[in-house]
Amino acid sequence: MHTYTDPIEVDDLVVSYGSVTALNGLSLRIGAGTVIGVLGPNGAGKTTLVKVLSTLLRPTGGTARVMGHDVVRDPLPVRLAIGLAGQYAAVDQELTGRENLEMVGRLHRLPRAEARRRAGEVLERFDLTGAADRRVGTYSGGMRRRLDLAAGLTGRPPVLLLDEPTTGLDPRSRQELWTIVDELRNAGTTVLLTTQYLEEADRLAQRIAVIDSGTVLAEGTPAELKAGIGTDILRVRLREPSTLDAAAPLLADLAAAGTAVVPDRSAGELTIRVSRPDASAEALRRLDGRSLRVAAIQLTQPSLDDVFLSLTGHATAGPAPAEESR
Amino acid sequence: MTIATTRTGRQRLTPVAVLRDSQVLVARQLRKTLRRPTYIVFSFVQPVIFVLLFRYIFGGAIDTGETAYVNYLMPGIIVQTAIFGALVTGLGLTEDLGSGVVDRLRSLPIARSAVLLGRTVADLVINVFTLLVMTVVGLLVGFRPGRPIWSLAAAFLLVLAFSFVFSWISAWIGLSVRNPETAQSAGFIWVFPLTFASSAFVPIDGMPGPVRAFAEHNPVTLVVDAVRGLTLGEPAPAVSRVLIWLAALLLVFVPLAVRAFRRA
Repeated sequence: MHTYTDPIEVDDLVVSYGSVTALNGLSLRIGAGTVIGVLGPNGAGKTTLVKVLSTLLRPTGGTARVMGHDVVRDPLPVRLAIGLAGQYAAVDQELTGRENLEMVGRLHRLPRAEARRRAGEVLERFDLTGAADRRVGTYSGGMRRRLDLAAGLTGRPPVLLLDEPTTGLDPRSRQELWTIVDELRNAGTTVLLTTQYLEEADRLAQRIAVIDSGTVLAEGTPAELKAGIGTDILRVRLREPSTLDAAAPLLADLAAAGTAVVPDRSAGELTIRVSRPDASAEALRRLDGRSLRVAAIQLTQPSLDDVFLSLTGHATAGPAPAEESR
Repeated sequence: MTIATTRTGRQRLTPVAVLRDSQVLVARQLRKTLRRPTYIVFSFVQPVIFVLLFRYIFGGAIDTGETAYVNYLMPGIIVQTAIFGALVTGLGLTEDLGSGVVDRLRSLPIARSAVLLGRTVADLVINVFTLLVMTVVGLLVGFRPGRPIWSLAAAFLLVLAFSFVFSWISAWIGLSVRNPETAQSAGFIWVFPLTFASSAFVPIDGMPGPVRAFAEHNPVTLVVDAVRGLTLGEPAPAVSRVLIWLAALLLVFVPLAVRAFRRA
């Protein structure tokens, strides 16, 4: 008998369609009340993972459990425990916002009066009360997406699965959605959200799993992943650009193994990948000793973009596409 | 209680829960359909045009012996309308698949069959109204069924049962092809031969050999003839034979539709 540990437990999950392998031995554990960001490019297997966890797709191999229930063997309690929202606003256009939510509430096995009360509550929280009795066909794209997320929450699920919830949203709607995810986390909901955007994962998630080609390449807190790259970036701008060539050799041994000091003559700036925590103080001391005057010095952590690039060997998606017309 | 635990420790829904979910989904579908008034109007336009076309244009050239052509025609048109009404089931399901609504429904703690039952039963309810309207249109153009009211009611129920069976066939096709445009053309590909190569519009005696053989074994012919028997008192196949046919079709196509739904 399996003993319950984490809300989401995925072990060695494999999903293949014919000759295409969408998930290739993916394993992941997500603790209660955590927001985990599953980060990866298109085709990495993010949506497939969400489909398996929401019982829409049977895996070819491995196991997945939600709140201790196997998604294949015992799907009903899994469906009772989850809320699903995604990049397609899966709501009925001809029904009003309230009717959509009441229906989902009833199908989540709430009694009629409770479903009605809960729908009103969720509409209020998502700032849709004013539009509650209008048909969804008249809603804007952002409102529809909020209603979709509201539908995912109507049954008060302890686990929420969000498949690229902000893809195609305008910046304001995206910001609103982020606020809602923060509130959910504070209320103790376990949230798995997939995204192509590093910024979003960094902003929302306590843990990030970077996936590509159906496996987890790295998993940890954003800080751990950034630290995993091992080097910070030190930028030194000199007051006199002509002193660049004199300064560079002085800092050469601060550069991390296999890297070199990179001069940028037009900016009068040196860029060095460093691993010593005292690198900036040391650089200042040395330059000061030779009377080379420093205009600015900056030590930065690598971004998640750098993490992603170093793990996958390719960059993530470009900027968010404009809202698609549906 | 709506959830029971099986001997193997799995949780499952009780039949009461499945019925309740189906009821919620029937109400959803009826609301959706009734809020597309243009859609309802169009569902009447085509059969009414067929009535006018055959009653006043082709009808004069069709010899139906002692039976007036309008009386011969109306059972055929009504059965054809029932089939067209059933085509909507498959189309609607492909639309829901495309919009992601089916994924939402399948992620909810409800029986898969409730989604299909919700759709087919709602379409059946809509068909009750469509067929009542067609009956009134028939009476207006001179249709005079001469049998007692219980016999006419039986004919009406038979047509409804037929439309329900065809809803499941149409659901299976829609869920297998998954795309509304394909479902639409796929629908017409099987519906036209089935309705025209039957006794719905013209007596099959005049058809050439192979077509006639097809028409004789066509379930549409069987149902149309049974309805003529019940409404006009003409010699007809036994109603029990028709019911066995319909039950057999249901036994084949309900599991096929549910399987296609699981895979879609």
